[in-house]
Amino acid sequence: MEKQREENGRSPRKRIVNILVHVFLAVLAVIWVMPIFWIVLTSFRAEPGAYTSTFLPKAYTLNNYVKLLTDRNVLNFPRMFKNTLIIAICSCCISTSFVLSVSYSLSRMRFKFRKPYMNIAMILGLFPGFMTMIAQYFILKAMGLTEGSSIRFGLIIVYSACTGLGFQISKGFFDTIPRAIDEAAIIDGATQWQIFTKITMPLSKPIVIYTIMTSFIAPWVDFIFAKVLCRANADQFTVAIGLWNMLQKEYIYQWYTCFAAGAVLISLPIAILFLYLQRFYVEGMSGAVKG
Amino acid sequence: MIEDRITVKNALINGDLLTKLSAVVMGAGIAGHKQIIKGAVVLLLEIAFWIFMISQGFHNLSMLPSLGTEVQGKVWNEAKQIYEYAAGDNSQQILLFGVITCFVVAGFIGLWVLQLLHSYKLQKEMKKGEAIPNLRQDVKNLLDGNLHITLMTLPCIGILVFNIVPLVYMITMAFTTYSKEDEHLVLFDWDGVHQFMRVLNMNGNIGRQFWHVLAWTIVWAIFATFLNYILGMILAMIINRKDTRFKGFWRFCFVLSIAVPQFVSLMIMNIMLQPSGAVNVLLKNLGLISESIPFWTNAMLARVTIIVINLWVGIPYTMLQVTGILQNIPEDLYEAAKMDGAGPATIFFKITLPYMLFVTTPYLIASFVGNINNFNIIYLLSGGGPTYVGDTAGQTDLLVTWLYKLTIDQQYYNLGAVIGIMTFVILTIITLTTYRNSSSYKNEEAFM
Repeated sequence: MEKQREENGRSPRKRIVNILVHVFLAVLAVIWVMPIFWIVLTSFRAEPGAYTSTFLPKAYTLNNYVKLLTDRNVLNFPRMFKNTLIIAICSCCISTSFVLSVSYSLSRMRFKFRKPYMNIAMILGLFPGFMTMIAQYFILKAMGLTEGSSIRFGLIIVYSACTGLGFQISKGFFDTIPRAIDEAAIIDGATQWQIFTKITMPLSKPIVIYTIMTSFIAPWVDFIFAKVLCRANADQFTVAIGLWNMLQKEYIYQWYTCFAAGAVLISLPIAILFLYLQRFYVEGMSGAVKG
Repeated sequence: MIEDRITVKNALINGDLLTKLSAVVMGAGIAGHKQIIKGAVVLLLEIAFWIFMISQGFHNLSMLPSLGTEVQGKVWNEAKQIYEYAAGDNSQQILLFGVITCFVVAGFIGLWVLQLLHSYKLQKEMKKGEAIPNLRQDVKNLLDGNLHITLMTLPCIGILVFNIVPLVYMITMAFTTYSKEDEHLVLFDWDGVHQFMRVLNMNGNIGRQFWHVLAWTIVWAIFATFLNYILGMILAMIINRKDTRFKGFWRFCFVLSIAVPQFVSLMIMNIMLQPSGAVNVLLKNLGLISESIPFWTNAMLARVTIIVINLWVGIPYTMLQVTGILQNIPEDLYEAAKMDGAGPATIFFKITLPYMLFVTTPYLIASFVGNINNFNIIYLLSGGGPTYVGDTAGQTDLLVTWLYKLTIDQQYYNLGAVIGIMTFVILTIITLTTYRNSSSYKNEEAFM
């Protein structure tokens, strides 16, 4: 009887522990959600300015969203949105094909350059990203991709050219697909290309979706590469630079609540995508670790 | 049968006339051994290479040792009544084109070796009477046995052009005087290891800052990595407990914070923790403090704040990553420990932690590297500040953010490059010693 009660978690000691655990989780959850809650509130705040004397807004409005989406004179958010969308679509196509090609080759094919490639990728990953970025800027400049609308190409290249180095998670996933399937297909006369496109890809939907989404999201959330490459070319700004600019001294009073609105607008789709993707991330992760 | 091996030496000694000829007229050997189109392509590449070298390449290489000497000049044009600028040498471009030319030459040498070996191989196959694959078979093979060549060529070119070349270029910059100091932005010269000495010299201004920044970088990386790792794991375990209700809801709350783009949440944090930001306002309204807490202007407080905020950012990530792995830990280990009367703390430190460390070492290393190179969190939160007068590095600057300040703000390119190289050296030492000893690296192929 005693044992039964304990297993049901009804013994007084267990009960106290349980209550404490749930209170603890609740406190943590509040801490974690509060900044997000606060920014959503701010995006509906009627008073302008970054700093107010009260934690909660005094009045609510939708004007911040209206201003953000219609004001084209000071900080042209719709144009930034368009720029980022174009860059994101292009670089997403390139990066996805690069990442999947490299990971498939490394996971399934055996060639002399395989181990060296993985070692080189690891070594390159140890250099601070900035070091390459500054030199990339000089190279793009020599190619004439740092002026006017060609900045867009520059950014696409910067976001997608080196993605062949980020193969780890999808390779980990491919590694978990049994080789026996490949071997059976080879006996049936399939070429490696057919195995890649007709067998491995359909079996790897989670990781394909994950790769597409992460490479699509990258241009939306990177601001430092974009900032270095765009410099003062305001018509080429991406969303991230725009949001960053809204917090600079000259804009912050007028634009702070709009920043909050922009942050909510950008975060919402990304958050939904991420919540949807997290299980693929976890699968890829534990797949990669099993080795 | 040593002479049978396909090497450059054997090809040059034992090759037939065509193979030997292809040492000069590249592709001759391949074309002569029935692969005409392939040979023609190789020959075209050789011609293109020599055209490039004669029109530009040799000039680029010859400029490398001096990096240019012509100063940009102002010449009075009598006819137009204006000063005309006579373009001088631009060392930065000379260096860049020089580096690129070196890569082209290296690529050419590689091609030369490959075509020579290929020709020798074809020659031997013909001698044995084997069928030489024609172009169609070669192309077909590119989609089958040689699929990796098809798939990896473009990504490799991308990495070469936009990662390796820039890196080498940046590394060479560390050995020059390319800097705003002493006005060396247009014309600069080789400088040997002078900048390295400056950075390592503890008595100089730059050296003192370097050791300071390095110490904080390592302290930061250790705290950020291990606190996140252990606390994230504990959080995952608390949520995974049998008796915890609403598991999905708790996970959702924490994952929500990483679903928001990091730069957005970091900028929000920065604003919230300003002297008149939301946190100070809230604390004042509650009557807990009367003066604002100087989160970003007090060096010690700024450091602690950054580490704490990084917990906010990182714990959910760890939670996500380890949840699945935690469930893989064999249940009987726990049962046995409980039988022996081990408490929760003992079980965690004697069973859970060692198991997790064993399985996730590569990820721990990756996150350590990521933290040392964690630009966003410092740049967006404290901006590296507070900064003392006369310093280029702030009290919370990491090596990467200092690198950014040195190059983008100050234009001390050579110093920036040295800092980058130092970061790399430190990371290499840490990583290679741990990574190569980890089980996951050694047993990479184990379960195939």
